[in-house]
Amino acid sequence: MELTLWTYEGPPHVGAIRIAASMRDVHLVLHAPQGDTYADLLFTMIERDGKRPPVTYTTFQARDLGASTAEKFLNTLQAAYEHHQPKLILVADSCTAELIQDQPGTLAQTAGLPVPVVPLEMAAYSRKENWGASETFYHLVRALLSNHPNTSLQAGSQERGSRPPRVNLLGPTKLGFRCRDDVREITQLLESVGIDVNVVAPLGAGIDDLFRIPEADANVCLHPEIALTTCGWLERTFKQKTIKTVPLGYGATRDFLQELADVLDYPIDIDRVSQCRLPWYSRSVDSTYLTGKRVYVYGDGSHVVAMARVAQREMGFDVVGLGTYSREMAREVRAVAAELGVEALISDSHLAVEQAISELRPELVLGTQMERHIAKRLGIGCAVISTPAHVQDYPARYSPQMGFEGANVLFDTWVHPLIMGLEEHLLHMFRDDFEFNDNAVPSHLAHGDGTLKEVDAGDVAQGNQSSLLWEAGAEKELKKIPFFVRGKAKRNTEQYALDRGLTAIDIETLYEAKAHYSR
Amino acid sequence: MTGQVLASSAADVSGDFQPQQERGQRAVFCGLTSIIWMHRKIQDAFFLVVGSRTCAHLIQSAAGVMIFAEPRFGTAILGDRDLAGMADCHEELDRVVAQVLERRPELKTIFLVGSCPSEVIKLDLDNAAQRLSREYSGGVRFVSFSGSGIETTFTQGEDSCLTALVPSLNQRESDQPHLLVVGTLPDIVEDQFRRLFHQLGIDCVEFFPGKSSTELPEIGLNTQVVLAQPYLGETLRALQGRGAHHIPAPFPLGVAGTAAWFYAAAAAFGIPEGRVEEVLQAPRARATRALSALRDELAGRRFAMLPDSQLEIPLARFLALECGMTPVEVGTPYFDATVMQAEIPLLPAGVSWIEGQDLDPALDRIRSARPDITVCGLGIANPLEAEGLRTKWSIELLFSPIQGFEQVADLAELFARPLRREAKLEVGEWS
Repeated sequence: MELTLWTYEGPPHVGAIRIAASMRDVHLVLHAPQGDTYADLLFTMIERDGKRPPVTYTTFQARDLGASTAEKFLNTLQAAYEHHQPKLILVADSCTAELIQDQPGTLAQTAGLPVPVVPLEMAAYSRKENWGASETFYHLVRALLSNHPNTSLQAGSQERGSRPPRVNLLGPTKLGFRCRDDVREITQLLESVGIDVNVVAPLGAGIDDLFRIPEADANVCLHPEIALTTCGWLERTFKQKTIKTVPLGYGATRDFLQELADVLDYPIDIDRVSQCRLPWYSRSVDSTYLTGKRVYVYGDGSHVVAMARVAQREMGFDVVGLGTYSREMAREVRAVAAELGVEALISDSHLAVEQAISELRPELVLGTQMERHIAKRLGIGCAVISTPAHVQDYPARYSPQMGFEGANVLFDTWVHPLIMGLEEHLLHMFRDDFEFNDNAVPSHLAHGDGTLKEVDAGDVAQGNQSSLLWEAGAEKELKKIPFFVRGKAKRNTEQYALDRGLTAIDIETLYEAKAHYSR
Repeated sequence: MTGQVLASSAADVSGDFQPQQERGQRAVFCGLTSIIWMHRKIQDAFFLVVGSRTCAHLIQSAAGVMIFAEPRFGTAILGDRDLAGMADCHEELDRVVAQVLERRPELKTIFLVGSCPSEVIKLDLDNAAQRLSREYSGGVRFVSFSGSGIETTFTQGEDSCLTALVPSLNQRESDQPHLLVVGTLPDIVEDQFRRLFHQLGIDCVEFFPGKSSTELPEIGLNTQVVLAQPYLGETLRALQGRGAHHIPAPFPLGVAGTAAWFYAAAAAFGIPEGRVEEVLQAPRARATRALSALRDELAGRRFAMLPDSQLEIPLARFLALECGMTPVEVGTPYFDATVMQAEIPLLPAGVSWIEGQDLDPALDRIRSARPDITVCGLGIANPLEAEGLRTKWSIELLFSPIQGFEQVADLAELFARPLRREAKLEVGEWS
């Protein structure tokens, strides 16, 4: 038993629903009690889907328990087939159905339906949503392609002849982070270098599309959490190489193109297509203020790995800590942390994440929707980089994260919660102006999500520090410090005083502390 | 007065009302969802669901917002080790309870909430609650109830919770008549009702549940129970089992519904009708005035309700009688004749009433009837909107104050706004 106040990932069958909802022609029959239908609203409310996910729930009740739940399943299966007429049916248990052991997969395979039935084992008591999505995609692809004539072929670039290379984009799903826009961005990028996109799956794919997967020269694993298992099987079965670099960020996108060039043995003029504003925006003088800004990164494994690189090497921030809820990506995330010389937090407890953030006191948090709330409570700016995300992170506008346009979006999105360089100077210059006061918020932050509450943030620090006496002179001096760093100055000074056993703070202490912390 | 007439004629006519039953796929939350509003009401209690990751995910998703502060609910997620018997579930539960209390030592009550998985593996939470109450004797009380989807739908979780609390209500010794208003109400509504009861001369009035889990109302032979929410049949029967009397009344939704509710309560306390009329006159006139503009927007419009919150029957009555709307089809998860006895005589004829659900055929019927507005669960609203049908999500009816005179216009506004929006938008259809 594990106490959970909030969860980053849903149960594995929600992952199965994500695969079904991403595709055409597929219907999932889920053996589940009433209540489990809440999953519909994830799609229709958070992603604003205009149709229900293609799921029929058996919604069994206490009175059905015993012999009749199996019958209820078969009736539901039949009705779902007749009503929705899918080309393929997925069958799974939710957590409760797993306990009553009706074996709906076996029942469905012997039900004589005229379409393929793919049974899924969802391991509700040990696994989670992304694993469920990965398993579902893998079993679906495997069921369709096991008897494919190409299994004996040596697919790959050596047989390409003069035709352009083609790849599949695997892993994008409904309820993934910006998948819709990332698919468009990467498709355009590949077209610009003369590589054809053969199949995108599961997002938008039909059964016929999955049959064409073996026709590609390689598989681009856009979302390792969802597609790595499938890519591995395709590699073993069809000798299709896997492109593993996730094109998130400027450098990673270039590496991605290089990996494609190497794997496909196909020349790509990377400099020609690297049209991106991030490098210049990062180099322009206004961005000097970004240097060394303390950043905390948390999210799913692949986003954290990629975003830590962008933060450190492309924005010039200091990544002061990072973590992930994806235990299956712990090794990769730990490796990045080791490279940066920081601790990796491998935990799906939002309380542990909150503690890490409040101890590290970053100036910017890159996280999920939950870190947005944590950062808001602590008065720190935040940008969302990973699922779970809320409705505002499924924007109407084109807003990819991947590729070169994605890198532009990252720059804008991450800079937004901070105070811009020039503005920082202006704020300082006008701080004694009678019309200026600490409540005056820079225009672009008027809605109040940014890193501006430093003054108040002092209050969330450990309570005993406030018992220190600030002498009048020191307090007056403190007020001359720009308000957006004043909270930090106050905390640092108090910590410095406490460490030295002081009970009162004068101007000397203030400047001693400043010197100490700016070492 | 209409209200008085409606309330007093109620008991004799409820026999013939029989909704048509459907048994198919349901699209209703389970009883765990009740925790969302109950934990806000009962402020010294923690709701600990013993269940799966699905339970935790359901509650946080249904709440629609992510938590801003540490919530007073959580889930003890069962793992493989618990199910394989490698871990003793009761020891594990003790450990989790200790963790909760370590974080929140001020808690007075912990509700152990059963879920589908805990029911199926027959984890005895009643027993655990008794044992833990003994262990934490004096400090924290433990009460168990089921919010599982195999036994409860959506609002029924509150029924199950309150029923579990009934045995711990103290016996009332006083001879003074005593009014117990049952069902979670927003604080603002509770205060309005309290003021009106005071003006009527009923001062001995208590609300169940209240803000405190330790100061529970007493119950005895002089207790008169009036339900404020239509999903509390089991709680009512448990209270009757303790000697309380039921005051059958329509539910306090709409001007007429609220008036009838007060008339019924006042009658049980022997308060003269003239006095009731005098007290209700001002708020009633105010509510009627506020409703009149909205009535113009709603009158003549057709509506359908998919089964969800149990509020469907009294809401349909309000929309038909007071807003002039035409019900096409009204579904409700289950039908409790005792609870609804004062509503039935008020219901309009020619409506298809349905108990239970079979989702796909129900959606097909709505597609072909094309009502002006459909009241439905969150998961279905956007898909219907995408087909050009206007909707109102029913969960808002549980989260917003809608009962009582001062909220009548707010309630009507919930239905008027989607229609007004449709008239306003010039952006073409969904694509």
